[in-house]
Amino acid sequence: MLLTDQEVKTLEKKANDIRISIIEMLAEAKSGHSGGPLGMADVFTALYFNLLKHDPKNPQMPERDRLVLSNGHICPVLYATMAHAGYFPVSELLTLRKFGSKLQGHPHREFLPSLENSSGPLGSGLSQAVGMALADKIDFDKLSPRYVYCMLGDGELNEGQNWEALMLGAKEKLGNLIAIVDRNNIQIDGYTEDIMPLLPLYEKFKAFNWHVQEVDGHDMDSIVTAVNKAKSVFEKPSVIIAHTIPGRGVSYMEKRYEWHGVPPGISDISGAPEKAQQVKVALDDLKD
Amino acid sequence: MSINKHYINQHVLGDIKSLEQVPIRKGFGEGLVEAGDLNPNIVGLCADLTESTQMHSFRNKYPKRFVEIGIAEQNMASVASGMASMGKIPFITSYAMFSPGRNWEQIRTTICYNDQKVIIAGSHAGVSVGPDGGTHQAIEDIAITRVIPNITVIVPCDAVEAKKATLAIAKSSKDGGTDTPVYIRLGREKSPVVTTEDAPFEIGKAQVVYELDENEFLELMSAQGGESSMTFKLNRDNNIKHDVGIVACGVLLYKAIKVAEALKLEGVSVKVLNLATIKPIDEESLIALAKETGAIVTVEEHQVAGGMGSAVAEVLARHAPVPMEFVGVHDRFGQSGTPDELMEEYGMGEKDIKKAVVKVLSRK
Repeated sequence: MLLTDQEVKTLEKKANDIRISIIEMLAEAKSGHSGGPLGMADVFTALYFNLLKHDPKNPQMPERDRLVLSNGHICPVLYATMAHAGYFPVSELLTLRKFGSKLQGHPHREFLPSLENSSGPLGSGLSQAVGMALADKIDFDKLSPRYVYCMLGDGELNEGQNWEALMLGAKEKLGNLIAIVDRNNIQIDGYTEDIMPLLPLYEKFKAFNWHVQEVDGHDMDSIVTAVNKAKSVFEKPSVIIAHTIPGRGVSYMEKRYEWHGVPPGISDISGAPEKAQQVKVALDDLKD
Repeated sequence: MSINKHYINQHVLGDIKSLEQVPIRKGFGEGLVEAGDLNPNIVGLCADLTESTQMHSFRNKYPKRFVEIGIAEQNMASVASGMASMGKIPFITSYAMFSPGRNWEQIRTTICYNDQKVIIAGSHAGVSVGPDGGTHQAIEDIAITRVIPNITVIVPCDAVEAKKATLAIAKSSKDGGTDTPVYIRLGREKSPVVTTEDAPFEIGKAQVVYELDENEFLELMSAQGGESSMTFKLNRDNNIKHDVGIVACGVLLYKAIKVAEALKLEGVSVKVLNLATIKPIDEESLIALAKETGAIVTVEEHQVAGGMGSAVAEVLARHAPVPMEFVGVHDRFGQSGTPDELMEEYGMGEKDIKKAVVKVLSRK
C-alpha cells in the first residue's frame, strides 16, 4: 500500500464529490457524456489530488506535469476535477456547453487556457503527448523535469493514428510518457468487443514495445501504485490499462453503453427510471 | 524596363536557357538550415521523404533536432503540435498530397484549433511533379489549408523566395515573422529563378513585379496609334492605367511575366502581381490593381475551385468587382507526363494565360 487508509478515504470522497458535480453539470447542460466521465472520476482524482505536479494557482508553471486529454468527450470529469482542485470556481461547472462558457462541449484551450490541449476528434491525443515527451527528451534526455500523461478511451483505439503514435513512442524510448487507457468496454454503438475487438489489448501494447500494466480503475491505491511503477521505467513509455465501469456510481448507468453519450434527464432508456426521475436517482445513488 | 528590377532577375525576359533553374524545395531546405542556425528551438520532422523534401541538410547538421516519423503523416502533424506546446518550432515535411492532404483534420484540430505554431511544408505540389501521376499531384492543397482559421498560407514563386519565406516564417511576429501555423507550398521540379537575392520578402505583402513605366506607355500608344492588336477595342479611359492585372503565385509567375512582355508588343499593358502569401491576403494591393486595371486574371498551378484565384475573387467581389478569368486546373485530376506536357494539357501554358487575358479584356 502506497496510500494510508485515510488517504484512500479522502480521495474516494473527493471522487464522489466530482461524480456529483458531473451529474449536476450534465443535468444543467442537457447534453454531454455520462458513462466515461463517471467511470474515470477515480483516476482523475488520483492524478489531480495525489500524482500530478501542478499548481492550480499558477497553471502555467513551467515544470508542471502535462496532462493531455485525448478522448475530449469525457471532459466533464476533467472540468469537475479541475474545479474541485481549484483551477476555477465549482459554480462555473454549471456553464458546461453554454454559449460563451470556458467549458466547451469538447475542451478548447482558447476558452480555458489552463488546458494543455484542445481535443474532441478521437485518436490524436497520444501523438500530441508523444510530441511533448519528445520535446523534453531532446532538451533533457533521460532527466526530464516532468511527466507527460495521456488519457485515452478504449473505443478511440479504433483510430489508426494511436498505433502510429505507439510505434514512435517506443522508437524514441519515451520513459517520461505515461498513457492511461479508460478500459470501460463501451463506445457509442455498443460494446467495444462487438464494434471492433481490442483484445488481446495487453498483448497488443506489449507487442508495440510499451511497458504495460492493468489496474482496477476504481482502486485508488492500485492507480497510484501503477503510476509510480510506470515512473520507474526509464527505457520505454508506459501504458496503464485502467479497467473501469462506465457510469460508475449511478446504478442505472453502470455498464450500459446506452449512457455513453447521453446526460441524465432527457431520454427514456431501458433499465433507467423515468427521465424526470433520473437526475434525482443519480444524485441519491451518489449521496448514499 | 517593365520588370521591377529590384525584385525580378533581369534575365527573366531573355531566353529561358540563360536563367538559372533550381527546385523551389531546395530553397526551403537551405532556409531551414539557416533558420536552425539562428534558433535552437527549431526542429524538423519528416515522414520518410527527408531528401525529397530537402530536409536532409537540416537532419545532417542537427541530428538531435530531427525526428524521423516514418510513413505516418497524421501522427507527424499531432506530434508536432505537442512539440510546439513545449516551445519547439516544428517544421514538418512530406509531399503536399500527404501533408496537408492525408492529415488535414490533424492539422485543423491539433495544430490550428490548438493554436500551435507548426510549419507544414508540402513539397511536390502541382501537376509539375510529372511522371508520378495524379495520385501524387496535389492541386487542392491551397484550398484545403486556406479555409482553416488561424493559418498562414505561402506559395513561393522560386527557390530564392522560398528560402526567404522559410526564414521569415521561422521567426516570431515580433521579429517580422508569424506566430500562427503556416502552410508553405513547394514544387519539385527545377524552375526558373525569377526573383533577385535582394528582393525583400514580407509575409502578407504582394509585390508588383512587372508594369510599364511612363515612357513605355507613350511608346505603346504611339506605335499602335493607341490601338492594340486585339480584335475588339480596349476600354481605356486613361492611358496611364494598365489594361489588365495578372495575379500569379508559384512557378507560374514566370510565365505570367513572359505573357505580359509578349502582350506589350501587341499593344496591351499588363501589370503583374506576385501574390506569395495567399493568407492573410494583401487586400490593399489586390483592390488597387483591380481599380486601376478593371480586369483581373489569376494564374496558379492548382484547382481553380478554392485556390488562390478564389481567394482573390472573395476580396474583389466585395471591394472592387471587375471581370475575372482564372488560369488553373478546372475540376480534373492530374496524370503522368512531363511537366511541360501537363501544363499544356491542363490549361496552364503561356498561350492559356494569354487567352485568359484576351477574354477578360473583351469583358471589360
